[in-house]
Amino acid sequence: MSAPVPGRGPPGGVRVPDGDQPDRDQPDGDLPDGDLEDIEIDLLLEAVFRRYGFDFRNYARASLRRRLLRRRDLEGIGTVSGLLERLLHDPDCMERLLLDLSINVTAMFRDPGFYRAFRRIVVPVLRTYPFLRIWNAGCSTGEETYSLAILLAEEGLLDRTRIYATDINQAVLARARDGVFPLEKMREYTENYQAAGGTRAFSEYYVAAYDGARFHPALAANVVFAQHNLVADRSFNEFHVVVCRNVLIYFDRTLQDRVHGLFYDSLARFGILALGQKESVVFTSHEADYQALDEPQRLYRKSGRKAGREPGRSR
Amino acid sequence: MTCGIVVVGSSWGGVNALGRLLSSVPLDLAAPIVIAQHRRDAPSMLAKLLALQTGWTVRDAEDKDRIVPGTVYLAPAGYHLLVESAGHLALSTEGPVRYARPSVDVLFESAAAAYRTGVIGVVLTGTNDDGAAGLAVIVARGGQAVVEDPSTAERPAMPLAALATGIPAAVLPLDDIGPHIGRLCDAATIPVIAPGVIAPV
Repeated sequence: MSAPVPGRGPPGGVRVPDGDQPDRDQPDGDLPDGDLEDIEIDLLLEAVFRRYGFDFRNYARASLRRRLLRRRDLEGIGTVSGLLERLLHDPDCMERLLLDLSINVTAMFRDPGFYRAFRRIVVPVLRTYPFLRIWNAGCSTGEETYSLAILLAEEGLLDRTRIYATDINQAVLARARDGVFPLEKMREYTENYQAAGGTRAFSEYYVAAYDGARFHPALAANVVFAQHNLVADRSFNEFHVVVCRNVLIYFDRTLQDRVHGLFYDSLARFGILALGQKESVVFTSHEADYQALDEPQRLYRKSGRKAGREPGRSR
Repeated sequence: MTCGIVVVGSSWGGVNALGRLLSSVPLDLAAPIVIAQHRRDAPSMLAKLLALQTGWTVRDAEDKDRIVPGTVYLAPAGYHLLVESAGHLALSTEGPVRYARPSVDVLFESAAAAYRTGVIGVVLTGTNDDGAAGLAVIVARGGQAVVEDPSTAERPAMPLAALATGIPAAVLPLDDIGPHIGRLCDAATIPVIAPGVIAPV
């Protein structure tokens, strides 16, 4: 039995119009289900942060909401509050939610045009360095990491490259480390690889094993898979290239700006930033710090003009 | 109701249908139009083609695009397109939802959550049932449903699936949908009884 909470205003009685939203026709004093759900989601995110330290409060809400509601349904729970209770008391449930929130379904050589541009524009720059560090941020299950490794191997650069492939979730990192991808995807990946300017037979890179297409271990020999949380963790090295594709789309503007600051601080002078096809540095707090190498393929180069600035003063 | 956003879902036959639909929507419509058309994971000219054919400004949505009237936003190939509550669009590479990415259901459900009663959801031609669940959510949140008349749709399965949910919807031949959307937006506060309306069950 819960007692009424004294000293509180009427729930939902006053709502400050937020200007961006359309007018709402709602009966006076009646809180629509959607608003109730918003409250529950806010509470859940706060609880997850305080209980487990994972901060999803600045994730873009629409996609986050969708994944939370799916987890709610999969757990067989009727409300988001019910999911909140289970999350607080059952760390296994949190593991499942974390997996829901960190799996993004990508493909090897997704957007072949990006890899062609990488070969054409980025590789010649990379050849000028004796040793290379590349950060693949938000690598999820590793499709992009292995694609980059294959490209670098074909360009003769893999031996002198270390790729740091990071993700918030240990479970997806374990899968990435395995380097096993579904056999039924190989036809699609082969087409992507060829369209991406691949110079060999794609089947040379894997063997068909009982559990899927197992990629050659040499591809991952110079890859460090490590947990890193873009929301909370700091820069951990200086990189010649940061590849972070279709990760920032899950963050709101505030968090995007923070992560752009992290990337800016992590890039060497004239370092290269690679984003997803629908992401851009335009309209971010670091727009002025980059020049576009290939705008359609979202390849940017950190410009040198602020190199004299004190470290740590980026916005 | 208020007229906040028009969301459209289409699949097989959708490219032609979208061209005809947009050509008949008043260009001064007060609400933006957001479309999920099933498409291959490859760059395409769809936005340019529709713009040429219809006179609308049409483009593939980018992350965090602000939604403004006068523009038609397309879900890009290989992404789900969602409506954020703050009047922006968002993209996602979550897995396909029942084989579709972009998914009509994902777009519709997010629009319903963000705009509540201000949503007009439109289901056009297609060979699957994507959009049916999403349209039901739009109606449950107080929005309006419009379904292409299955008997005149190039592929009737998608409109039929939307109607099979039993929701009240205006069922109209393709060329009548654009003007109907215009009237719904003009008469934002007046309940509109249009020809072909199926009464709530």
